[in-house]
Amino acid sequence: MPENASALQLVFSADPALLAIVKLSLAVSLSAVACAALVGLPFGAFVALTRFPGREAVIVTLNALMGLPPVVVGLAVYLLLSRSGPLGSWGLLFTPQAMVIAQTMLVTPIIVALARQTIEDLAAEYRDELAAMNVGPLGRVATLIWDARFSLVTALLAGFGRAAAEVGAIIIVGGNIDGFTRTMTTAIALETSKGDLALAVGLGLVLIGIVVIVNALAWAVRRAGEAFAE
Amino acid sequence: MNIMRAPTTDLPILLDHVSFVAGSVTIVDNVSLAFSPGAPTILIGPNGAGKTTLLRLLMGLIRPSRGRLTWGGREGVTPARCAIVFQRPAMLRRSAAGNILYALAAAGVPRGKRATRCTELLDMVGLAALAGRPARKLSGGEQQRLALARALAKDPAVLFLDEPTASLDPAATKAIEDIVRAVAARGIKVVMSTHDLGEARRLAGDVVLLHRGCVIESAPALSFFTAPRTDEARKFAAGELLI
Amino acid sequence: MQKRLSTLHALSLVIAGLDPAIHRFAKKMDPRVKPGGDKGKLTRRMFSFLAAAVLLLAPVFAHAQDKSIVVASTTSTQDSGLFGYLLPIFKAKTGIDVKVVAQGTGQAIDTANRGDADVAFVHAKSLEEKFVAEGGGVKRFPVMYNDFVLVGPKSDPAGIGRTKDIAAALTAIKAKGAPFVSRGDRSGTHVAELGLWKAAGVDIEKDKGPWYKEIGQGMGAALNTSSGLGAYTLSDRSTWISFKNKGDLVIAVEGDKRLFNQYGVILVNPAKHPNVKKELGQQFIDWLISPEGQKAIADYKIEGQQLFFPNATVPGA
Repeated sequence: MPENASALQLVFSADPALLAIVKLSLAVSLSAVACAALVGLPFGAFVALTRFPGREAVIVTLNALMGLPPVVVGLAVYLLLSRSGPLGSWGLLFTPQAMVIAQTMLVTPIIVALARQTIEDLAAEYRDELAAMNVGPLGRVATLIWDARFSLVTALLAGFGRAAAEVGAIIIVGGNIDGFTRTMTTAIALETSKGDLALAVGLGLVLIGIVVIVNALAWAVRRAGEAFAE
Repeated sequence: MNIMRAPTTDLPILLDHVSFVAGSVTIVDNVSLAFSPGAPTILIGPNGAGKTTLLRLLMGLIRPSRGRLTWGGREGVTPARCAIVFQRPAMLRRSAAGNILYALAAAGVPRGKRATRCTELLDMVGLAALAGRPARKLSGGEQQRLALARALAKDPAVLFLDEPTASLDPAATKAIEDIVRAVAARGIKVVMSTHDLGEARRLAGDVVLLHRGCVIESAPALSFFTAPRTDEARKFAAGELLI
Repeated sequence: MQKRLSTLHALSLVIAGLDPAIHRFAKKMDPRVKPGGDKGKLTRRMFSFLAAAVLLLAPVFAHAQDKSIVVASTTSTQDSGLFGYLLPIFKAKTGIDVKVVAQGTGQAIDTANRGDADVAFVHAKSLEEKFVAEGGGVKRFPVMYNDFVLVGPKSDPAGIGRTKDIAAALTAIKAKGAPFVSRGDRSGTHVAELGLWKAAGVDIEKDKGPWYKEIGQGMGAALNTSSGLGAYTLSDRSTWISFKNKGDLVIAVEGDKRLFNQYGVILVNPAKHPNVKKELGQQFIDWLISPEGQKAIADYKIEGQQLFFPNATVPGA
């Protein structure tokens, strides 16, 4: 990025380096949310719908994991992926994939905990009817996830917010490499430490703008769903 | 419109000294009854008499704590040809037609036939105009009718209804009662609970009076209302409170 | 412009393609009558968009595996903008992508020791030589030098005045208890700072008080903090020149021979870490110490000032 351009100039001129950073941020966070949803939604449904010994402890743990400190997750993933670590041969450290892994670990507890709550509430409501219709366990899970989809969007959105906002995990496992693993948040951290506060603020505004847009999209989806939900 | 019914393998439903205990409370106490094909059986009694629990037992949603309960001679198997309409039915987050289509799919109706059956059922309960409306936006009476249509999607031999008109105004009540009559006319065995004497009079073939989990009296409607054998039955028919 | 158009075009094609697939999936889950569809369509479009976005952005994850190396370097070289200037030149010449992970010198050497980098490019000669001696690196090559400066508030609370003696200045700071920000992160700058306290006859571990603030962060953060607190700190000149938030900080001491700051580059030992890209890494090192690379380093200027001085050919550097 041109060193002395004013923040707003960069933002509005759609500077290609800036666009690359935005693209990477979205790619990493959206991928993390997608992976977390793939893992988290069925798991949340499972915990919501089955009774097993220790279930209460699992629920408490899941809720606690929502507050996992990002920097701790970053450190843990760093140790895992380092060449000297157990998964070193995968060569993933300092790559966007490592960032997705770290953010997936941060986002999954959020999606699981919120999905569990949503599905458990809906399951209580649907229980009698689905039993009366002889719907099997797999059908029940599919129906609950599908019928709760608009509320689950909120869970996904919460996950995206967490992923898009965090910097501690991805700066450790990604290395903030220029043009490769530099995202909006890590770029803001860097520009702040270079004293280029105007640029950091500009990037911050872009980041907020993106988060607002994603929220607006999710709101539109929820509104569309409200017709069926309430 | 014809509904072809398979042989009613779930009837007769026999209860032999059935009790249901929850915690320390006996909700259904040593009940012995028989439900056979024919005119509707109406379960009446004050609130807390155990009507809802009895219906859930008959539907196979819960198992008896004591005694035997058989459907067409089989025990411990969830009846396949029974359907139930709950007192406050839960609407799936879909359109009215969507709810019925879901029930049809769950009942194993082949994909190609679902749309036609759905339309028939909507017509039968008078909801054809509201097919696309989100089910949760329907009025109480409309939701009750939709629940009925959902239950009928299963093509049941026995239809249980748990106080379907309890919270409805007279017009909606009449709509439900008309449908119940139509259903019974097709040969489907109807077992319905109510605490409305008038409704029992209007709909019953047989009447079963429940009080505190016990069967007080079980008789055809005519003899129940004109010549009740027990004191409680007489008091109840006269409109007095049973404590 | 053209590239952007084709991305949008591709995006809409993917959505168009995905939509029926998602439609079929949705129908299997929920057999509802088609007319209910307007809002269902919106949902499907949303999910298609999300899926398309993830798929399309996937190329971002494509590895430039073949021709790239990871260089563990310091925050001072990054924050000064040197790499932003040098690396495109190197890439144009060799086609090699240099991925710089900027950490403190101590952490950079740690990273190299773990085999997570191919080359280490740092500025603490003692740590570098130890790194090579222990077999973590192959050979140390001097590359360039700059110098440290002591910066502090214009109001000069420690009364340093115009001295050119760093030891005297540090003694004055300690005596007056003037606020001092230390990197505290085992970086080259931190190591140099500790050495200077020793040269001033101060046992900083014992004698530090609340005036001595160890922040455990990079040079930029240290400067930010100093600017905010009105404190003194030791900075390399290059980061100082390119730093954009000086506030009312000015150079307090410069020119002392002890403020000399040497940079070295080392290839991580492939015998210890077989994954090290030794040919590409060696190409980078060779270029840095070549006349061409050295000239490029000398050419890097901010506001007309040269930040780094090449000295690869100076013996004993």
